[in-house]
Amino acid sequence: MKTLPSTDVLIIGSGWTGLLMAKELSGRTPLSITILERGRPRMAEYIDGMDELEFFVRMHMMQDPSTDAISLRYSASDRARPVRQFGAFLPGTGVGGTGEHWGAVYPRLMPDCFEMYSKTVERYGKQKLPEDHSIQDWGITYDELEPYYARSEREVGISGKAGNLNGKKIEGGNVFEGPRSSEYPMGPTQVPYFPTLFGAAAKSMGYHPFVNATAIPSVEYTNPDGITRPPCAFCGFCERTPCMIGAKAQPTSVYLPVVRQRKSVSLRTGITVRRIVHEKGPNGGRARGVTYFDESGEEIFQPADLVILATYTLGNNHLLFLSGIGSPYDPSSGKGTLGKNLTHQLQFGVNVFMDKPLNRFMGAGGTGIRMADFDADVFDHSNVSFIRGGVIGATMTGTQPISAFGELPRSMKLPRWGSAWKKASMEWYDRVANIGFGGEHIPYVGNFFDLDTTYKNPAGDPLLRMTINWRENERKMVEFMNAKMVELGHAVGAKEVNPFPGYGNYDVTRYQSTHLQGGTIMAATPDRGVVNLHQQHWDISNLFVIGASTFPNSGAANPTPTILALTYRTADTIVDSYLKKPGMLA
Amino acid sequence: MRRRQFLVLSAASIGGVLVYSLDRRASRLFAQEKSTQTLKIPLRFFTEEEALIVAAAAARIFPNDDAGPGAKEAGVVIYIDRQLAGPYGRDRFRYTQGPFDENAPREFGYQGKATPGETYREGLKGLKGFDKLSPEEQDKKLQQIENTHFFATLRQNTIEGMFSDPVHGGNVDMLGWQLVGFPGPRMSNYDELTKHFGEAFRPKPISLEQAIGRKVRTTEDEGAGSTWSPPNTMDRKSS
Repeated sequence: MKTLPSTDVLIIGSGWTGLLMAKELSGRTPLSITILERGRPRMAEYIDGMDELEFFVRMHMMQDPSTDAISLRYSASDRARPVRQFGAFLPGTGVGGTGEHWGAVYPRLMPDCFEMYSKTVERYGKQKLPEDHSIQDWGITYDELEPYYARSEREVGISGKAGNLNGKKIEGGNVFEGPRSSEYPMGPTQVPYFPTLFGAAAKSMGYHPFVNATAIPSVEYTNPDGITRPPCAFCGFCERTPCMIGAKAQPTSVYLPVVRQRKSVSLRTGITVRRIVHEKGPNGGRARGVTYFDESGEEIFQPADLVILATYTLGNNHLLFLSGIGSPYDPSSGKGTLGKNLTHQLQFGVNVFMDKPLNRFMGAGGTGIRMADFDADVFDHSNVSFIRGGVIGATMTGTQPISAFGELPRSMKLPRWGSAWKKASMEWYDRVANIGFGGEHIPYVGNFFDLDTTYKNPAGDPLLRMTINWRENERKMVEFMNAKMVELGHAVGAKEVNPFPGYGNYDVTRYQSTHLQGGTIMAATPDRGVVNLHQQHWDISNLFVIGASTFPNSGAANPTPTILALTYRTADTIVDSYLKKPGMLA
Repeated sequence: MRRRQFLVLSAASIGGVLVYSLDRRASRLFAQEKSTQTLKIPLRFFTEEEALIVAAAAARIFPNDDAGPGAKEAGVVIYIDRQLAGPYGRDRFRYTQGPFDENAPREFGYQGKATPGETYREGLKGLKGFDKLSPEEQDKKLQQIENTHFFATLRQNTIEGMFSDPVHGGNVDMLGWQLVGFPGPRMSNYDELTKHFGEAFRPKPISLEQAIGRKVRTTEDEGAGSTWSPPNTMDRKSS
């Protein structure tokens, strides 16, 4: 196997976390940095992204299941089947990763989300915790992370309105959020028609609606690195596509322009990392580098002094399993840590049929109104049979016709094709809106990652396997929220509302959210997690694992702000502590 | 190599079609210009017999009626033919290693072995002579198969052919978009987002090629020179 010259820092993945780490380390140290990216640079293709078929239906930006599939089963006694086409979640590929096609919603986690175990027990007692849960506190708190959230909001460029500035509640913002040290760098975006109606209805019912915080600029914005982005044009091609004008924050529009100027960084694309090569040692093991396939299929060894694993949740887990790093989690004994606490943020919606046209081809990721009155532990759960909650909202992200044609009021009971269906679908096409829910998913003993025993990828390596299914807490929560959302739909003035059918078994085909978390979770002690509170691997001191795979549980909030806040914090720790004295951090 | 097949249509029956010559250059024929002629469209995947059946079935799924034109006028069969000849038809975007499981629960998606191309080829065997039936008989036949994977694929592809950008061969003259008031790739709605509350705002549709002012190549043209092949490295050290 060919061996390349060693690099000081090797970063696997060029998404949000990989590029951010490269930016921070290259700006503050003279180290040589190599970023390895599986996909290609594709920024030149972004102007072609206003094509629903290519980008929304054929999923041009997404991980290719023919080479990078996973398998899935409901329990350890079930047989797994491959996810042959992604549906429930849509990981990206290419420079910028999933951050290129994200929806740009930018909420912080609720403070008690970091202390879900102790806060629930404190308020309701241990008996309130669901059977077979594996909830554990993160070990770090919202207050510790707050300065990093604020830094990420300035650099990524967020539009919004604070609801809690240093403890002072502000009407019009999210009054239930944790205290913020600073206002958002830009005011909130414009609010389209349906979300405006939703906000008014929510207010009339006594709730506390606010304009979504989002990573699309409401005005031209220059961040502290001197990177300028134009205001969003609300073209309606946003989620599942990259931004055609560089407005939506993406790793390639926020961090890459800085990284590109740094001579110490090189970005290598078309690289499939196969193993993290490591050896056991007296004070914990040591990573020596990685082996990878280049585009011609040749396997190459790239040595490195410091390895940062910065891919999506699936890749982070898969590479540690394939590399034999850490002890695989065993749900029957509770021993082992790698793979545990797999969570998937809940998302569903109710369709609301209005009497007036909504012009819903306009919009952008996150453009709209949310309310957090049922989030986290904001409301008293004493009289409901579930814990935790989530946010309800109405956004206009831009609607395309292949995906949207044929949404009909359930009372019509029409066949799914033919003249009557066509006419009804045309009639309702621009009068259907969605009220959506994003909820917390608590971890369970039986939801975890490991390696598949049947299905392999083209290199002959086993696929990553997800074992996951919904349980009573999710089903009850969804039922509760569904009823609230139907109520809101009628308050908005709907002629009819299609309720969500409810959570049966986990459905691989229904888009849920691309917010898979866990598997390499952080913990204050090595028996409870894969990485420590600095996202340093407990067994291998020169390996850091960053991204949502380190979250011990899912919040209702979209994970990217927390992913980035944790990455800024880890970058500080590497520069200020680790590099001065390499080894296990205290 | 199989004998090249053509779909022969009366030009008057169709809004206009993108016609692909042997060197895959697109040219457009408009019904009004060629109304006395028939159009001879080279097929990439279907035989002529198959194409006529697919065109007839798509026209029952999305019919031409008093609400407006349908799949036939929008050239849906041309769209499907091109898709099936391209990477989608060969399952380029799916994990296709066995073992397969045709009877997997619905929640796991299609777990069978057949590619979309094979699904059509097999499914169309059951529709021989379909295009010669009366519309009522055609509907009856489709009702018999409406729970099959083949029909679900055909229905989905028909909707795609109605509403995808015309660059893919369907949605001729943006007929589909006009039916629902979709304007296509409008670069900016900045000044419009908070206007028109409660009233329809319907800008004239434009296609992607019109919006960006150059020819767009699509993945179904893979093999005829790939769209998606930018330089594969940004590594300063390797250059």
